[in-house]
Amino acid sequence: MIRLTLAAALLASSAPLLAETHTITAGDGAQERLQETLILAEPGDEIVLEAGRYVLTDGLSLDVDGVTVRGAGMDGTVLDFTTQAGAGEGLLVTSDNVTLRDFALENPKGDGIKSKGADNIVYYRIRVTWTNGPDASNGAYGIYPVESTGVLVDGAKVTGASDAGIYVGQSNLITVRNSIAEANVAGIEIENSRNALVEHNIATRNTGGILVFDLPGLPVMGGGNVIVANNLVVANDTPNFAPPGNIVAGVRRGTGIMVMANDNVLIEDNIIDENPTAPIMVIAYTMGFEDERYNPLPRDVVVGNNLYGTGGDDPQLDGADMLLAAFGGALPPVLWDGLGSIYAVEGTAGWSLNLTEQGKGLGAANPSPLAAPVPAAEFDRSGIGAPAELDERIG
Amino acid sequence: MKRAFAFFGLAAGALALSLAATRDASAIPPPFINDAAILGEMQLDGEVRVMPRTLREYGFFLDAAGRYPDLRLIPYELNTPLWSDGADKLRYIYVPEGKMIEASGEGLLRFPVGTAIIKTFAFGEGEDQRYIETRVLMHRADGWIALPYRWNAEQTEATLALAGGRIDLTTPQGEAISYRIPNKNQCKTCHSLDGAVVPIGPKARNMSPAVLGRLESAGKLAGVPEVDHPMPQWGDDTAPTAALARAYLDANCAHCHQPGGGASNSGLDLRWEQQDPFAIGVNKHPVAAGRGAGGMLVSIEPGNPDASIIVHRMDSNEPGVAMPELGRSSVDHKAVALIRRWIAEMAPAAGRPD
Repeated sequence: MIRLTLAAALLASSAPLLAETHTITAGDGAQERLQETLILAEPGDEIVLEAGRYVLTDGLSLDVDGVTVRGAGMDGTVLDFTTQAGAGEGLLVTSDNVTLRDFALENPKGDGIKSKGADNIVYYRIRVTWTNGPDASNGAYGIYPVESTGVLVDGAKVTGASDAGIYVGQSNLITVRNSIAEANVAGIEIENSRNALVEHNIATRNTGGILVFDLPGLPVMGGGNVIVANNLVVANDTPNFAPPGNIVAGVRRGTGIMVMANDNVLIEDNIIDENPTAPIMVIAYTMGFEDERYNPLPRDVVVGNNLYGTGGDDPQLDGADMLLAAFGGALPPVLWDGLGSIYAVEGTAGWSLNLTEQGKGLGAANPSPLAAPVPAAEFDRSGIGAPAELDERIG
Repeated sequence: MKRAFAFFGLAAGALALSLAATRDASAIPPPFINDAAILGEMQLDGEVRVMPRTLREYGFFLDAAGRYPDLRLIPYELNTPLWSDGADKLRYIYVPEGKMIEASGEGLLRFPVGTAIIKTFAFGEGEDQRYIETRVLMHRADGWIALPYRWNAEQTEATLALAGGRIDLTTPQGEAISYRIPNKNQCKTCHSLDGAVVPIGPKARNMSPAVLGRLESAGKLAGVPEVDHPMPQWGDDTAPTAALARAYLDANCAHCHQPGGGASNSGLDLRWEQQDPFAIGVNKHPVAAGRGAGGMLVSIEPGNPDASIIVHRMDSNEPGVAMPELGRSSVDHKAVALIRRWIAEMAPAAGRPD
């Protein structure tokens, strides 16, 4: 019990000098052993999950600051939630400065890993897989940080989420990079968040590859300052399998990069190929709303240089045949609904629906080629992305 | 008892020395309520146990089986309680000598440091009644802590169940379930506001004048507060449907679904006092419901319970769909029927209590 006194002193100085390593193995009682360790860990401790398959029946949770949970690799340490009987996620993190690395979750009944109000969190080489592929009965989000400041997701892989593979919501100072999102409804989604950098990811076989949304009626709104750069956004052609009612259920099959509402978004240096509805889509929030704090329009969205392959050649849009005929067999890469403001570098091919009112549907659409001004100034990248200290943790 | 306290107070130092070698002091039931255990302070044996291993160590009950509460445990009931698979709940409040509870309007009572709130979950009637778990919520100098204790099969001892557990049982509704004892973190998941552990149940508006009066006459509550908008008694068929429904949602959902609660990011606020229909879910689209939405577009569609996510999730037992996420393994059919009726009777843009 002397350790408790020491721990209190260490908490005060936030210098975990006596950090301990707790090693957990798979097998009988793994649920209780692992959960007890997660509860009894002290700030600075590391919990090592040895290689193996951990069969778990209930959600796990971590509420201690500064803990690292480290597995033996995303294919070596597998937390198997196939027989999960309770809780809304596989692992819930509610403490700050946590590092999760090198393990996998399979078949959580709800979300995979949710971190709520968990500042400065690192997800490193984490895999979340629903092993039966795209299915409406899969959980919603694979990696799900929300209401947090400082989020780094690096080297993750999420497959089969019935909403978004990697979903960052209502957060600030975010980096999602070097990750693979495959066969989810939305590959990577940044929602109601600011200062997010989404780079060097692969989004493929999702319904929509990378989404940047701002929605009304939430505690945190005003999404913006987002950079989507150097991503491979290829063949996002899985039919939408989201349960109806969710916002992503409205995402059209074959959407590459989509921005809805938000301000200051840069889309640049991506390779965008084989997304049959729209390689890039920039639109206003489509529904009505009553929230006075909310701005439904996309503002100052900048389409920089991207490498466009094929795309827009099988759009899931009303009047697709007529549109394809009008545009010569394939829609140009950038689709804008005509609301808010968009900039595009010279030579960007696109089209506009020329809507004049938000939330009134597409009835008034009057399509024409895009005539967007070139960006007026260099995009201001300052303050975008996760704090540098998070990088150091996985260095 | 007062004299006993004084005696132990004086003798504490000597006892600390003589008992120091006895590592497990909890083997001997203390003949008094163990304030040091509640407070997480040094006990008579010289040890600090932040999380006492057995329920017995606190000395709340006169017998090891926990059937006979110390007289200073004040039993209380709630008008509309949290539903937990139909478990019977035996609730007690303990406030240490010389300390008082203060009312805070109609809301949560303000409990002094040293308070313990004890809740035993039991199934079965009369002779067949079995204790499953006892949850203890304690107010320490650095805040509240919630600990779950699991009763053994012999019903002779309850031990700390940090990681929670599962137990097969049959509910009063006759349903065979795998009952879930929450782990310590899950206690906090519900009992958390702005990241700190808080009590949920004992709000003045959810306690009858008789219960508040009991606390007052025990000398533990400084005056019974005026309650203009009391929550109705669950099971009172004469109460308006809307009041019963809103009381149920407050007691069963609002600890997470409120600003600062565990589900604040949903934007749903199911507190009794919330007057904005959108905030309680009327025509509100889901945010992160995932498959929990079940194909429905809004949390509550007035007049149409079949199109309301809130009904769908209350009526499901499946993890990832079921709401509440924690604390139940079966469906509260009576509550589902109530919420259905409330929504069916709801005119568009309605949804306020009274």
